[in-house]
Amino acid sequence: MVEVNEKIAIEHGLKSDEYKKICDLLKRTPNITELGIFSAMWNEHCSYKSSRRHLKKLHTKGDQVIQGPGENAGVVDIDDDDAIVFKIESHNHPSFIEPYQGAATGVGGIMRDVFTMGARPIANLNSIHFGSPEHEKTRNLLRGVVKGIGGYGNCMGVPTIAGQTCFDESYNGNILVNAMTLGLVNKNKIFYSKAAGINKPVIYVGSKTGRDGIHGASMASAIFDEKIEEKKPTVQVGDPFTEKLLLEACLELMAGKSIISIQDMGAAGLTSSSIEMASKGDLGIEIDLTKVPCREENMTPYEIMLSESQERMLIVLEEGKENEAKKIFDKWNLDFAVIGKTTNSKNIELFFKNKKVAEIPIDFLAENAPMYDRKWIKTKLPKENKFSKDRFKSLKLNDCLKKVLIDPNIADKEWIWDQYDHTVMGDTIQKPGGNAGVVRVHGTNKAVAAAVDSSATYCHAHPQTGGKQVVCESWRNMISVGAKPIAITNCLNFGNPEKEKNMGEFVECVEGITEASKYLNYPVVSGNVSFYNETKDKGIKPTPSIGGIGLLSNYKEMMTMELKNEGNYLIVIGKTEGHLDQSVFARNILSEFNGPPPEVNLFNEKQNGMSVLNLKNKNLIETCHDVSLGGILTAISKMSIKSGKGVKLFPLEGLVNKFEYFFGEDQGRYIIEIKPENLENVENMLKKDSIHFDKLGLVEGNKIILENDLKLPIDDIKEGYKKWLKEYMVN
Amino acid sequence: MKSSVIIFPGSNCDRDMDVALKKFGFDNQMVWHNDVKIPKSDLIVLPGGFSYGDYLRCGSIAGKSRIIKSVIDFANSGGLVLGICNGFQILTETGLLPGILQQNKYLNFICKNVFIKIKNKENKYFKKIKKEVLELHIAHNEGNYFCSKDELKSIEDNGQIAVTYCDHKGNDDEKNNPNGALKNIAGIFNKDKNILGMMPHPERMIDPFLSGEDGSLFFKNLIESL
Repeated sequence: MVEVNEKIAIEHGLKSDEYKKICDLLKRTPNITELGIFSAMWNEHCSYKSSRRHLKKLHTKGDQVIQGPGENAGVVDIDDDDAIVFKIESHNHPSFIEPYQGAATGVGGIMRDVFTMGARPIANLNSIHFGSPEHEKTRNLLRGVVKGIGGYGNCMGVPTIAGQTCFDESYNGNILVNAMTLGLVNKNKIFYSKAAGINKPVIYVGSKTGRDGIHGASMASAIFDEKIEEKKPTVQVGDPFTEKLLLEACLELMAGKSIISIQDMGAAGLTSSSIEMASKGDLGIEIDLTKVPCREENMTPYEIMLSESQERMLIVLEEGKENEAKKIFDKWNLDFAVIGKTTNSKNIELFFKNKKVAEIPIDFLAENAPMYDRKWIKTKLPKENKFSKDRFKSLKLNDCLKKVLIDPNIADKEWIWDQYDHTVMGDTIQKPGGNAGVVRVHGTNKAVAAAVDSSATYCHAHPQTGGKQVVCESWRNMISVGAKPIAITNCLNFGNPEKEKNMGEFVECVEGITEASKYLNYPVVSGNVSFYNETKDKGIKPTPSIGGIGLLSNYKEMMTMELKNEGNYLIVIGKTEGHLDQSVFARNILSEFNGPPPEVNLFNEKQNGMSVLNLKNKNLIETCHDVSLGGILTAISKMSIKSGKGVKLFPLEGLVNKFEYFFGEDQGRYIIEIKPENLENVENMLKKDSIHFDKLGLVEGNKIILENDLKLPIDDIKEGYKKWLKEYMVN
Repeated sequence: MKSSVIIFPGSNCDRDMDVALKKFGFDNQMVWHNDVKIPKSDLIVLPGGFSYGDYLRCGSIAGKSRIIKSVIDFANSGGLVLGICNGFQILTETGLLPGILQQNKYLNFICKNVFIKIKNKENKYFKKIKKEVLELHIAHNEGNYFCSKDELKSIEDNGQIAVTYCDHKGNDDEKNNPNGALKNIAGIFNKDKNILGMMPHPERMIDPFLSGEDGSLFFKNLIESL
């Protein structure tokens, strides 16, 4: 057996003082298996050692919250006996090394987190970020990730209903793959990971354990260097077919009453699942590793404990229920083994070939895990740019619009979502490409909306504002489909927390998220943190991804964004100041990359959102779309392209700069379509609530027209918008 | 009318099919792949999905599964057997339908609405459908139909081409071929027209709030024709 020393500990990703702490706690030198367990539990990915103290600040409570952060996923009440289990998780590091398997197992992992709690997955979403389109690796990474996400989700038979794809050079060396799943559960039949009772059988089910993914969690807690390709063997390999069987078998077992607790084996595999169950139940656990079903020969205790083979679950059963449970797993052709029992020792004890090979107090691994108060610095709010009139002189709205619509972050993503089965399960009533994906709650009148958002550009310019903005954008997406926003899950993707700047970005984004979610009563119920998204000293822009969900009590009242009828009015709710700094327009047309992000006014955000829901409830809105990247004109173009219907814009009043008006990215705005006969009523209601609005134009013909300034047939803008990604992928 | 939907491990459109059949009046039952006998049925459906993970080749393991002998016997005795998507792949693997389904021409999974043209209404599957062109949904990675020249001649001569990919006007030319299928073939019959395999999913189009309602026409006709 390998002699453990500080050098080996450091190779495991531990710091020397952390190694010293381990020896002090144990009052001896750990053996190699024990060291492996410590390194898996104490790495950033599992221990949240840099983020824990800041995450405590998140707003996590609300009337509808059944389960907040700390479980496999968050749970919210959606009335009657129904609840939604949902979470977003990162799989960034593995996806860069091996895009197909990295992305696929990311999707598999998050679905497992959801069905572990007894919920049947009903929708998948994802947020993926790639380097610049010009970067040599981007195309293949994108292709691999999309295939991986599709390969797994499609086979599972769970629709992928929405997502987000961004390109920015800061991801050249570190792409982001964040996968989110929603599951539906009866709120009285939710399963948790907390073990209870001693001498209860501990059961291993699912795939066999192999040597894949050993130290995956440690890899995800390190920065990349030129030797990153050598880490390929630490990427897990997914088998969606087995996961589908595991899903059905688990749900079948859950229909009975034999499960005390259940936990999927995700990051750090058998190690973290067993320790987590015991830790939450304040128990000990004893495992005979000889009994673990292995795929490969001569696997050592170290390898078995650290393998991240996919599609495995750990279950604590009621005594005497083993045969009943085994029958179900036999039916689905899955491995089933009693590998140990719960104890009152409060230690994890591992045996292999009749010998004890490890014994560690659970406390040391969980509660005594290091927690750091990392140094961080505040990001100053950048100075606003004053664009002189000259900058706009030679510009034409026509050209600007065409250019903005083919910005990689705006252009149509059909090439991607055509590869995801988004209609299986027969309840998808709003497909990808809208404000949010919407699925019906099977067999009821209810529907759940979901979307994922991020705005790294804003977060980079000013993390606190950016953090607030993302939450608001998510909230707006819910409202735009007519759903009442309920709760969010966050995936916090950042650079190296040991650098003060990156740590500051994290802290301030979390502050922004907290402020907005508190104000909007849009609590965070689950999530994860991914640090060390950095290659050779170059970190990513701070990228919190926010996955939001909302509820429609009657799915027939869902709103969509395609224009409906000639002669209807378009109104923009919310004030347009014409904020161009950090906008798509500023980057593409003015080549201006500095300045503050648009200000987020939470009061207006809430008022405007509630007024839209109010109008919708009175049946006064035909169409709704929130205004985000690219401003009003981009939003209108998308509405037109989707419906094939044109818009005649009213001339702007006064001395407004039309570029600022049409491309500014001010927050808290929605474009709504109103029937002429409802116009007066709508105007009165908005005035009564002191909501700012402008009348934008009329639905008319098949062009977007602004007298003297703009005349573009929809087919023209559609072509560029629809083609950009397809052509990019073919070349 | 009684129908049976076979569930293979990895099937994932079984529930959708069950919902659709019941919605249009079938008394449907689910049958497990490891069973030997199928309860008395007027229609057997092999649903979409990834039976046995589609490992080896799509539908190949299902084509050798325990239940499949009963399906073959039922089909050979003139019973109606419908295979959708993976079910179509399984039917070609069993030899009940000619030809094979290869990987899509552009090597990507495709999930979208398509139009299909009904090529033959002299059968129970399409008899009373008034429309010539239906809008249905496809979601597959291996839907690129192929068969030998002789087989093609034979299926054309026998009117075995059931539906072809087309545009909304019914032009079933190469421009409207989503996956590279020979002759735009989206679905075929056996010689006696009691077996139908097709890639598009009618069960996903049974509600105006889903992708559309042309799938309803398919099921309505089916229960009326039986």
